[in-house]
Parts: sequence; C-alpha cells; structure tokens
Amino acid sequence: MSVITVTINGIEGSAPAGATLLEACRQNGVELPTLCHLEGLTPIGACRLCLVQVEGARRLLPACVTEAQEGMIIQTHTEKLVKYRKMTLELLLSERNHICSVCVANGSCELRTLCAQLGVDHSRFEYRCPDLPPIDTSHERNGLDHNRCISCTRCIRACDQVEGAHTLDMEGRGIENRVIIDMHQTWGSSRTCTKCGKCVNVCPTGTLFWKGSTVAEMEKEVGFLQWIRGGREKKTWSYL
Amino acid sequence: MTSKARVATVWLGGCSGCHMSFLDIDEKLFDLADRIELVYSPLADVKEFPEDVDVVLVEGALCNTENLELLLKARERSRVLVSFGDCAVTGNTSQLRNRLKIDDVLTQVYQAGPGSIPKGPEALEVLPVLLPKVYPLHAAVPVDFYLPGCPPDPDRILRTVTALLAGEKPELPAESITFG
Repeated sequence: MSVITVTINGIEGSAPAGATLLEACRQNGVELPTLCHLEGLTPIGACRLCLVQVEGARRLLPACVTEAQEGMIIQTHTEKLVKYRKMTLELLLSERNHICSVCVANGSCELRTLCAQLGVDHSRFEYRCPDLPPIDTSHERNGLDHNRCISCTRCIRACDQVEGAHTLDMEGRGIENRVIIDMHQTWGSSRTCTKCGKCVNVCPTGTLFWKGSTVAEMEKEVGFLQWIRGGREKKTWSYL
Repeated sequence: MTSKARVATVWLGGCSGCHMSFLDIDEKLFDLADRIELVYSPLADVKEFPEDVDVVLVEGALCNTENLELLLKARERSRVLVSFGDCAVTGNTSQLRNRLKIDDVLTQVYQAGPGSIPKGPEALEVLPVLLPKVYPLHAAVPVDFYLPGCPPDPDRILRTVTALLAGEKPELPAESITFG
C-alpha cells in the first residue's frame, strides 16, 4: 500500500493512499469531533462537525468524506472551525426537543458529551420546540422518539448496510425530515424489521432505545460493527 | 477583616432542586457562610430583592410575568448573574409546554384536571400571567455564567461560587458542564 504525506496543524504525518482526512487525522493523533460518522458505516458528511481547513480549498471540507491527497496542508482547530463546531451543536440543541434531564440516553448520549467537550453550556439560538410525531413504541423491543433525533442516519445506514434489511429510511427534507419505518408505518407492523437492534446501538442520542428503559438507563454498544466488518472483509471473527 | 460578599439566590420556574443541590455541599456551607452574606433567597425571609448584590444564582426558567419582573430586577441590581441549572439555561422540562397552546394548558390543568378551579377576578389579580412560551434566562437578560445540570451537582456549584467569590471566571472541566 502506498503512503502519502500530509501536514496537519503544522506537523508532517503520513496516511495510506485512499484514506479520508478524518482517518489521516486520527492516525496521526489528531482527534476530530463527529456525530454522523461511525467506523463501519459509509461516511456521509452530514453533521459538519469534522469540517477542516485545507490550504488552497475555497471552502471548509468535511474530513470524513474528503480523500487525503499527497502534500495536503490541513488545519483542524482554528478559531473559525471551533466557532462553527460550537454553533453546529447549538443549532442541533435548538432544532428538536432535547430535554437531557428526562432522556433515556442521558449519560450515553454523544451529542450531550460533545457539547460538554466543546464547551457548549447553552444555546444562543431560540428553541424551536416543534410538535413532532408521537413516540413509536409499537415494536416488541425498540422505541423511536423523534424529539431526540439529529438526522445523522446512522440507524438507517446500519439497517441497510450491515443488517441488510433497510427497514428504516428518511422522509422529508431539511428540518421536516423524519426517520420512518418501511412505507411510513408503525414499527410494530413492520414485516422487514429483523429485531436485531443494530439501529438502537448505533443511535448517538436517545432517539432509539430499548423499551422499558428509563432516564439515563440506555447503554449503547457499537463494537459489533468492527466485529462484523472484520468477519466479512478479513474473515477473522474475533470480538475484541 | 474584609467585608462579606453579598450573595442572592432566586427561584423562578423550577422545582427548587438546584437549591437543594446547593444545600448538599453540606459542611462546606459553614465555610461559605463565613464569607458571604445571603441577602435574598427563597431560604431567607426577605421580601424585596436588594440593591448592590455581588453574585446572584438564578434557578428556573421564565414562565410568567412575575418571573420576568424578578429576573429584570435581579439583573439590574447584581454584578454577576449565574444561570443556575438546566431550567435557567435551556428551559428544560419547564418548556415542555411550548409546543402547546397556552389556553389548552390552562384548561387542561384548571378545568379538566382534578382539584378546584380558581374562580373570578380575585384569582386573576393575585396570579401572575403565564408567558406565551417558557424561555431560558438569556432570552431576556445578559448572563455572566452558565451552570448546567439537573440539578448541577454540589461540586459544580461549590467550584463556581468559590471562583466567583474570588473574582475569577469559573473554569469547569467538561464532565462538569453536562446538561441533565
């Protein structure tokens, strides 16, 4: 495998050819915040938290879907980027109804954790407080709460790309988008759902949860993605 | 001996859990009591928010006109205002009613719900009018420091108050600025 050289925050590093900027950063010890990205799912560049500045590029680039090129000069934590990341999180908080104090995922929520890590201790934007579809608890095991959704589509991708069921999908555009089940029906009436629970485990917030869990009880486990990927691609089945 | 800092606490639209968490700093309250004068608080019998306050912790969201009047007064008369707890910082559970029409909320609680109905003009005179929507404090006044948590745990409160009394900007670690 050929190797390319990149400069990240003034320090030269290397990455395998074909790696994304996000992979290049992480392999060189530079951590970038992400919400929609999850190792093992196709990257989509939706959450915009991994935006970086690349010398010569006229706009900011999402690191998860940008291929690293030989000689690229990258800045990951400039004042502008940090400001935009905080703004993105504040907008996510104000878009739907994220009431952390009564959320099943309080404690395991990636949005809540990132807010704390990036110093977002309030939102400057007015809360929209939208009236969303009712919580769907018609499924035998899982629940769907649109109030907590950040439209990262990790559940949809896990259902489609890993489980191969494609039960979950997205309707609408912009702030009107919603996760839907099959042809927009209740989860309990779905004939394609295999009840595998991958969607629940990959959900970064309290949108998808095990029925019966109460405040802060949800724990999410995403290690299975690496396990399945290792098995499929390298034919090694070991759960690390 | 230097003069004691004039500290106030205010309870708006919240459950008083933040105040309870403040009391949970336990024996450290004695150290604090030596250094501050509590000039206004739901824990003290003072009717009017005083002038010349050094630090005020405001718990709860803005739910009605009384909340708003008191907040404006507290802001005007205090040097440092802390948005104290999730209701003050985000609206939290207090703002769950924001997606509903205010008349529907009142009907549900006071007419369809259990208990007696407040009747006549005397009720309207003594009860503050609900705001059409519930807001966090910074929607109405400038806030100097945000202390999230439902409630903020005693350690965060103590660290914040200690820093503010020393005239410093509180620097809390990431695990101490989480919501909920």
